[in-house]
Amino acid sequence: MLSIENLHISIDDKPILRGIDLQVNPGEVHAIMGPNGSGKSTLAHILAGRPGYQVTQGSITYQGNDLLELEPEIRAREGVFLAFQYPVEIPGVSNIYLLKVALNAIRKHHGQDEVDALDFLALVKEKIQLLDMDEKFLYRAVNEGFSGGEKKRNEILQMAIMEPKLCVLDETDSGLDIDALKIAAQGVNSLRTPERSFILVTHYQRLLDYIEPDVVHVLAHGRIVKSGGPELALELEEKGYSWVEQAA
Amino acid sequence: MMNAVENITSHYLADYENSASALPGRHLPWLQQLCSDALQQFAQQGFPSPREEEWKYTNVSAIEKKRFSPAASEAAQAAVDSDWLDACRLADAWSLVLVDGRFSAQLSRLEGLPESVIVCAMAEALEKHPDRLEVRFGRALTRENHGFIHFTSAWFSDGLYLHIPPRTVLDKPVQLLHVVTKPDSLAVTRSLIDVESMAEAEVFETFVGVDDLAYLNASVTEVLVGDNARLDLYKLQCETGKAYHFGGTYVLQESHGRFQHHNFSFGGLLARNEVHTDLGRAAECQLNGLYIGRKRQHSDNHTRINHTQPHGISREMYKGILDQRARGVFQGRVVVFEGAQKTDSEMNNRNLLLSNDAEADTKPQLEIYNDDVKCSHGVTVGQLDEKSIFYLRSRCIDAETARNMLTFAFANEMVDKLPNRSFQGLVQAQLLAHFPQTGIVKEWL
Repeated sequence: MLSIENLHISIDDKPILRGIDLQVNPGEVHAIMGPNGSGKSTLAHILAGRPGYQVTQGSITYQGNDLLELEPEIRAREGVFLAFQYPVEIPGVSNIYLLKVALNAIRKHHGQDEVDALDFLALVKEKIQLLDMDEKFLYRAVNEGFSGGEKKRNEILQMAIMEPKLCVLDETDSGLDIDALKIAAQGVNSLRTPERSFILVTHYQRLLDYIEPDVVHVLAHGRIVKSGGPELALELEEKGYSWVEQAA
Repeated sequence: MMNAVENITSHYLADYENSASALPGRHLPWLQQLCSDALQQFAQQGFPSPREEEWKYTNVSAIEKKRFSPAASEAAQAAVDSDWLDACRLADAWSLVLVDGRFSAQLSRLEGLPESVIVCAMAEALEKHPDRLEVRFGRALTRENHGFIHFTSAWFSDGLYLHIPPRTVLDKPVQLLHVVTKPDSLAVTRSLIDVESMAEAEVFETFVGVDDLAYLNASVTEVLVGDNARLDLYKLQCETGKAYHFGGTYVLQESHGRFQHHNFSFGGLLARNEVHTDLGRAAECQLNGLYIGRKRQHSDNHTRINHTQPHGISREMYKGILDQRARGVFQGRVVVFEGAQKTDSEMNNRNLLLSNDAEADTKPQLEIYNDDVKCSHGVTVGQLDEKSIFYLRSRCIDAETARNMLTFAFANEMVDKLPNRSFQGLVQAQLLAHFPQTGIVKEWL
């Protein structure tokens, strides 16, 4: 699915990631944890193709292709999805319109016809219930005036409609109270299949109480300093990041 | 410099001698006086110059270099393509059509008006209601004084007169359609909208020209909003790409009177829009505007809100989108007079620049002669937000479409505020005509 090799990333000539190696197989859930400033959000953005970063060394291979060669929209159509830590407000563009344009772009990319209007509405209504969102959110401008929790749920809604192959969640748990966190996690879990992979970027262990990872990586100073099973997250929660930072 | 002014005015002064007899109502002594005073003022001042503070970003010398003449009437009306005109019409409304500055009975649709109200051409009103006009004409213009207004007062050949008596609500809107059909012509109109105490009306002004003609359209609309009355006035200016447009709207709001203005300025090579209002006690006004420019268009939007009495509320939001070498100007002035306590005023101007050569000049001015007020203003000039573009791209939308979506959405926010669906459609169609690349968004309308 995804293979990152010796990835070095800089912003304005300042190194942020300093040699990342990561292998994600179909159906796996990887958690990437780390202290603030460790580069974990950068890694998430790099996967989605955010401009402004320089790749100084290394490669990212996604489904056998060089991911770094692809424009962000092509990556999205090929199944890479980033759930933003800070979803952007887009006044004047309705939520349902964006969902429809996105879904049709994916279908077109794969040589399929546009989605039937009624089928689309039925699909959206099914997913919106799953996330316990009000239908009125569909007709509001994208993220405009949404609370922090509503924005995060809206990201999961988009993910549920777009049905990506690789889901990258950037601090989806931040700013969520426990109920909202459970709903978001339930949405994510409902999307877990043997083919679909997840990368969960998070600062805290609590998200992993609800979405159980296969592998936990600890990122510090731009490198993965430790990898292990779910128990590693618990250990971090107990001992704090200074414990692994020393190893970096 | 004096010579230059003399040259410009002398052409219009000389022509005036010949034309005045054909202009309506000039046999009325009060109007004759008003026109000759205006002509004299114009002879002295000429058109405004950028040396004047209120005109510092707009140079109208291009107008001075041209020689526009009033079009001969009658013949033009038959030449207007009816399908084209119908596409400019508002659904389910009375319409009064002015062709080259003169009323066309043939093109207007005024059947079924209630007897109590007057909706007619200014020329007709000066014949039938001279006494009513004598006391009302020019009342909303007491603060105003620059060359264009004097010019318009002297030269006007027609306009709209609308009178709604007290406690009357007009159940359909009135559309005033200004059409210009002749090259190098001068279309000058004065309109008066008089909505008396507790009455309500909706008026839509549309400005269009045929083909790609060059002409000068100068129009002044006076609005009197009685106490507790309400007027919603909408303006859609889509003159040709070579046209010069001056459109001034001057409003007097009595106590508790409500006035809303939605101003869409899309056309013209050079357009100057003025919306000035005086608020009486506890009166409310809302001024919304959207100006767009491409190529070498220049769009100047000048607003003035005078809070002369206590408890007035004003809200203002103007947005501009400027592409290529276009220039947009916003001058918003709010004056809170001594004694106008508890004034509540908000002014906003947001500009989107789509090219490196486009320019936006924005100048909000608050003048407050009172302590007990709440006034705010905010202006921005910027480009499309890169974060928003990346967000849309991460949702499968290509970069160019993302830019077009965001541009259209920026404009459409002003269109969404319109309660009249038919007018919304007219504005959106114009918007898509100006930004054809935003056609992608058609399906979401």
